[in-house]
Amino acid sequence: MGLNLVVLVKQVPDTQNITGDAMKEDGTVNRGALPAIYNPEDLYALEAALRIKEEITGSKVHVITMGPPAAEQVLKESLYRGADSVALITDRKFAGADTLATSYALKCAIEKIGKYDIVICGRQAIDGDTAQVGPQTAEKLGINQITCVSTIEQIDSDSLIARRSIEGGFEIVKSNYPVLVTMTDEGHAPRTSSAIRVMTYKNAKAGDKEIPLWDIDFIGADVEACGLKGSPTKVKKIESVVLKSEELQMIENTDEAIHDLMHTLITDHTLG
Amino acid sequence: MSNNIWVFVQQDDGKIADVSLQLISKATDLAKDYNEKSGSQAKVEAVLMGDKVKNLAGEAIRYGAEKVFCIEDVRLKNYTPLPYTKVLVELIKEKEPQIILYGATTTGRDVGPRVASALKVGLTADCTELEIGDYESKGETYENILYQIRPAFGGNIVATIVAPEKKPQMATVREGVMKLNDPDPNRKGEVVDVASVVEDSDCLSEIIERVKKEKSVNLTASQIIVSGGMGVGTKEGFDQIADFAKTIGADVAASRAAVDAGFINKDHQVGQTGVTVRPKLYIACGISGAIQHRAGMDESAKIIAVNNDPDAPIFQIAHYGIVGEISDVIPKLKKAFMAKA
Repeated sequence: MGLNLVVLVKQVPDTQNITGDAMKEDGTVNRGALPAIYNPEDLYALEAALRIKEEITGSKVHVITMGPPAAEQVLKESLYRGADSVALITDRKFAGADTLATSYALKCAIEKIGKYDIVICGRQAIDGDTAQVGPQTAEKLGINQITCVSTIEQIDSDSLIARRSIEGGFEIVKSNYPVLVTMTDEGHAPRTSSAIRVMTYKNAKAGDKEIPLWDIDFIGADVEACGLKGSPTKVKKIESVVLKSEELQMIENTDEAIHDLMHTLITDHTLG
Repeated sequence: MSNNIWVFVQQDDGKIADVSLQLISKATDLAKDYNEKSGSQAKVEAVLMGDKVKNLAGEAIRYGAEKVFCIEDVRLKNYTPLPYTKVLVELIKEKEPQIILYGATTTGRDVGPRVASALKVGLTADCTELEIGDYESKGETYENILYQIRPAFGGNIVATIVAPEKKPQMATVREGVMKLNDPDPNRKGEVVDVASVVEDSDCLSEIIERVKKEKSVNLTASQIIVSGGMGVGTKEGFDQIADFAKTIGADVAASRAAVDAGFINKDHQVGQTGVTVRPKLYIACGISGAIQHRAGMDESAKIIAVNNDPDAPIFQIAHYGIVGEISDVIPKLKKAFMAKA
C-alpha cells in the first residue's frame, strides 16, 4: 500500500535578486520586473515527497498550487521532476487572500483530492516569509503538524519520524498520519528535471488534462471565506525601504586617518 | 470582550525565552499608550504553560505582567502543536483579550498560526514595530487598534497591517527587535492557576529526542560587534576578525553568506534569518549590505563599513566608511586602537 502525498507549492517573485528595475519611481514594487520562480523551500518539499515515493512502493505525489494561470510553470516543473499529478487552484474570487483565506482554499483542494497521508510544503515563501500557511492548513484539516523539518529520518506505512530544526538544536519528532510537514532548505537538495519528463510535459498548459484548473465551485469552497472577504488582515500602508541617509564620513585607508578615527571613537566613549 | 494585552510566554527547559520578556516590555508600553488614547484600563497579562513552571511567573511580573495565567500539565513540558493550541484557544475564548503577542521563534511561529486559524483571526508575522492608532475603511473608523508593521518582499518594502474587525489582534516579533525594560523587583502581580484542558488524544507528536545547546554567543546583548561577510574571504580571515574583536572587547558576528560559506557557526549570524542587534558600534567587514543583513543591524548607534567595493550598499547606512581590503584595513584598525587605548 503506497502513501498519498500532497505537496503545496507557490510561484513567487524572486525577491532575493532584486534589481534596479524592481522598484517603481513611486516606491512600490514592480512585480512584473521580477522573475517568477518556484519558491525555494517548496522545491525541498517536493524533493522530500519524491524520496518518500521512492521508498514506499505505490505512493503517489500530488502537487497543487494556488495562483494565476501563469503559475502553471511551477506545476510543469513539478511534473518534470517526478510529480504524478498536479492541479492549479485559480479563481478571481481568491484574489487578495491573506494566509488564513489561502489556507482555507488549500484545505478545500486537499480534501478534493481525497484520501491523503502526508501534506508537505516549504516552511515559508520568500515573498512574505510568514511561515503561516503550513500550520494554518494543518489546523483547517484538523491534523497534526511538524514545522521546520530539515529531513525526514524514517518513513513507515502509518507514521514518520522527522528532524525538526529549533533554536540552537533539533528535535526528533514522530507522528502518525495524517500529518502536515513543512520543510526548510537544510536537507536533501532538490533534484533537477528529468529530460524524458520534460519532453512529455513541455507543451502542457493550464487547462489541459495534465494541468487541470480547479475553481472555487470545483473545490467546494465558501466564497465568504475566500479572497479579500475571508482575510482578517488588511494592508493599511506600504512604504518602500529607503536607506537612512546618514552623514557618511569616508576615512582614507591610511594609518593616520585610521588613527584619527580610533581617537574619535575612544574620546566619545564608543570604544574603550 | 476585555481590552487586555497578552503575551504568550515561551519557556524552554524551565527558562523563559528572552523574546517573551521583551514582548512583556513592549506590551507594557502598548497598554500605556492604549490607555492614554482610549481612557480605558487595559492590563498586561501573560500566559505561561509547561510542566512545573509556576516559579517562573514572578519573572514575568517583574517585567510588567499584571496577571499571569499558569497552566501546568506534564503533557505541556515540551512544546507540541495540538496541546499548546488547545490550551491557548480555550483561554482566549474565555477571557477575550484584544491583542496577543508571540515570539517569532520556531515555537511562536508554529502555535501562533494554528491559534489564528482556529479562531479565524489575523496574525502578522515578524513585526518590527507595533503601535496603537486609528484605521479608516469604507467610511468606518476603528479607534485604537494595533498597527502591525513588518518588512515584506524580502525586506524591500515595509507594510503596516491591521486586523480591525476581529479580536484578538495577533502578531509575532523576533528576538532582539523590542527593547527590554528594566525589571522592577517590587512589582506585584496576580498568578492565576488555570486547569489544563489537554487530553491524551491531543498528544499526536511524540518527541523522541531533543537537543538544544546554549548559544555560543549572545549577540543581542553585545555593545560592540565586529562582523564579517564574504569579503573576509577565508576562515583564516575570520581568525583575524576574531583577534581584532578580542583586542577591542567586541563580539564576532557574520552575514548569512559567511555562515553559509562555513567561515563561522550560525549562532553568529546577524540579519533577517539570524539575530537582530543594536550595539553602540558595529564594524562591518567585507559585508556588502544586502537588505536581509541590514534588517538585523541598522539600529546600531554607530556603523563602520570596511569594503573593497566603494559602491557596496553598506556604505549607505554607515557613519564611517573605509574602502580597502579587509586583510589590510583590520591590522591598521588594531594598531590604531592599541596605540590610543
